[in-house]
Amino acid sequence: MNILVCIAKAPDTTTKIKFSPSANALDGNGVTWIVNPSDEWYALVRALELKEAAGQGKVSIVTVGPAEDDSIIRKALAVGADEAFRINMQPDCAASVAAQIAAWIHQQPFDFILTGKETIDYNGSVMGGLLAAELDLPYIPLIEKLTVQSGCATLSRDIGGGTEEVQVQGPFVASATKGLAEQRIPNMRGIMAARTKPIHVVEPQPLESTVQYLDFALPAEKGACKMIDPDNMDELVRLLHSEAKAL
Amino acid sequence: MNVLVYIDLQLGRPRKNAAELLTYAHKMAAGGAVTALVLGPCSEDLAQLGDFGAQRVLHLSAPELASFDGLVYGKLLAEAVAFTQSDALLLAFDHSGKAIAPVAAAKLKAGLVAGAVGLPQGNLFPVKAFSGKALAKVRVLTAQWIIALTPNSIPAERNSCPAAVEAWTPSSIPVSKIQVIAKHKNDSDIPLPEAERVVSGGRGLKGPENWGLIEELAHELGAATACSRPVSDIGWRPHHEHVGQTGITIRPNLYIAAGISGAIQHLAGVNSSKTIVVINSDAEAPFFKAADYGVVGDAFEVLPKLTQAIKKFKAEQA
Repeated sequence: MNILVCIAKAPDTTTKIKFSPSANALDGNGVTWIVNPSDEWYALVRALELKEAAGQGKVSIVTVGPAEDDSIIRKALAVGADEAFRINMQPDCAASVAAQIAAWIHQQPFDFILTGKETIDYNGSVMGGLLAAELDLPYIPLIEKLTVQSGCATLSRDIGGGTEEVQVQGPFVASATKGLAEQRIPNMRGIMAARTKPIHVVEPQPLESTVQYLDFALPAEKGACKMIDPDNMDELVRLLHSEAKAL
Repeated sequence: MNVLVYIDLQLGRPRKNAAELLTYAHKMAAGGAVTALVLGPCSEDLAQLGDFGAQRVLHLSAPELASFDGLVYGKLLAEAVAFTQSDALLLAFDHSGKAIAPVAAAKLKAGLVAGAVGLPQGNLFPVKAFSGKALAKVRVLTAQWIIALTPNSIPAERNSCPAAVEAWTPSSIPVSKIQVIAKHKNDSDIPLPEAERVVSGGRGLKGPENWGLIEELAHELGAATACSRPVSDIGWRPHHEHVGQTGITIRPNLYIAAGISGAIQHLAGVNSSKTIVVINSDAEAPFFKAADYGVVGDAFEVLPKLTQAIKKFKAEQA
């Protein structure tokens, strides 16, 4: 079983967000970077579980990023991935990230490809779909379960108000959501082993961006919270109706 | 500008967000053509989409489309964009839109705005980033635009048009490699990401047996129910109810949180809600800083009182 997991770098969930003076990017000073949670906790860990259950195979990870991202890649290798590929460029938009990864996968196919449901920075949640379209593979987003038996995968996906169980023969792309696996904390052996696992550097294709993010800003602060007497819920309902127009 | 709007079906009927999407398309088209596209068998008269500004409705009622496949739908949408000579494709940034939009974008080589939260200025679309902790703009650099609109971004407005419903025949319907073997409906009637009102509970409720308090209030309000991460991690509530940074992001008109302290990760999932009510016994809970209305009190006493007050309000309004 030869599985690819696409991972992204993301600011730690507790990061206090601030922006560069041009407001076109996050100010990275003092930010702790992590592997994007749904890529690591759900996609990567489920891939490892499937490899372990099969007793053979390989779990590779790929990311698009500059050399400084190797420290993030080592974290994913410490969780248990066998080898890593880094497409050597600053990622600019989901479409170009997907196109870069797709161009590379064309040289080197996998049994299936997993990624997280979204990154916690841009929250686009479209990389998996873009990648599937580039590769012309079936795409199953938001999966909560994944089992594989003799080349046939059974997946359970969130369909908004319910779940759907589906089967796919052959390669596919799926995005992982909560429930697919549990986060694994790397142990010392994993961290030591990660130091010597290979990170292959892949040079990017010349591609043009299709969208550009700019004008980052913090939302306006909320006004002071109005405190309501817990014995006077009629007052709360009155305010929700007449002031907030929420009822 | 000519806009093609993809209208998603749920159990053979247009989803509730159709009205918002068509309103947005009508405003964006600014006099151009607004065409609605419906894929799959439908049990309702689609001419009703004209109520919100569709001038033309294309319907492809192939039974095989009852099984959803983002790759198949995305390819059909890309063909429909060419067929209708549309400049922009609009769809919802929900579970199906997130699967279809990127496929259409990749096939058309068009720029994709993932999660617009308002109308554009020129080719600049407002979006949220960093799980609602920031605002940003997305500039589309291509001639064709694909816009995925976050639910509850703009109010729906009626723009009555006499919509002509036409059967649409694409060059071919791609064969899906995905086989649906079972469907399960969640117990809740209202899908959380689309809900206009949400009542949410945290560890302060002390156990799953106390969720009746949340459900009764939600029932009176016609709201969906949600929970914090620890609650879904310990299994008190299903994963699909977890709102927050690593769960789902919601932006209802009204969010009522009981027994949730308001960690930064939880706020990230709910801070786009229009009105936030926080009920917590700890007056120092950080959630009050993000709330519009706060009640310091025991959720076990406050929730039933609030439910009663809502009942009374509804009786007075009736």
